[in-house]
Amino acid sequence: MKVLYFAWVRERVGKAEEIVEPPPAVRTVGDLIGWLTTRGDEYAHAFAAPKVIRAAIDHAHVKPDTAIAGAREIAFFPPMTGG
Amino acid sequence: MTVPVTIRLQDADFDVAREIAALSRGRTDIGAVVSFSGICRGDGSGDGDAIAALTLEHYPGMAEAEIARHVEEALARWPLTGVTVVHRFGRIVPGENIVLVVTASSHREAAFQGAEFLMDYLKTRAPFWKREEGVSTSAWVEAHDRDDTAAARWKKS
Repeated sequence: MKVLYFAWVRERVGKAEEIVEPPPAVRTVGDLIGWLTTRGDEYAHAFAAPKVIRAAIDHAHVKPDTAIAGAREIAFFPPMTGG
Repeated sequence: MTVPVTIRLQDADFDVAREIAALSRGRTDIGAVVSFSGICRGDGSGDGDAIAALTLEHYPGMAEAEIARHVEEALARWPLTGVTVVHRFGRIVPGENIVLVVTASSHREAAFQGAEFLMDYLKTRAPFWKREEGVSTSAWVEAHDRDDTAAARWKKS
């Protein structure tokens, strides 16, 4: 699946997007954050405060307990500051 | 009848009067138009130090979809007869427009409430992030609890 990062999450991870293939045990958005955190210091830094991180699946906001099965695109970003 | 809805994301500035005129031109069913413009301030969000510019990052695709979802909800809750939302991205200098919401209705109450609802949700749910460019440094703008509080008051119990 495609994973996108925005704002300071993007800066800390060091890339705007990537294709990842998490193992089957990674079932929810929260699981995915936990798994990404194990991939390197830059991920651990970006997701150091997981409660702050917002997520979207296929362009719609989701909660950490949302299942990721069937998702084409998952995005992680800080609280929004538009408007 | 389908209510005319315009949702635009753009890097260029926009003309508020022109957007209002475009929404109401040639129509005799509109009795009230409310517009809200969000404008880039020069004093920044934090300790009041002057900023040179804001840079707005957005999530293309989701930003349009999220705004459209909130416009749909506004149309379901109030008898609006037209909605325009324009949100800029990219570099914006103090004094320039950032966002515009225009709502039209037969009477003022729906237009006022619809515009306020849309702005409150745009601030907390539309995927945009502001970065402030100071004279020598730059930093991401932090989200405010007061914006969440403003959006929460529209929740139906």
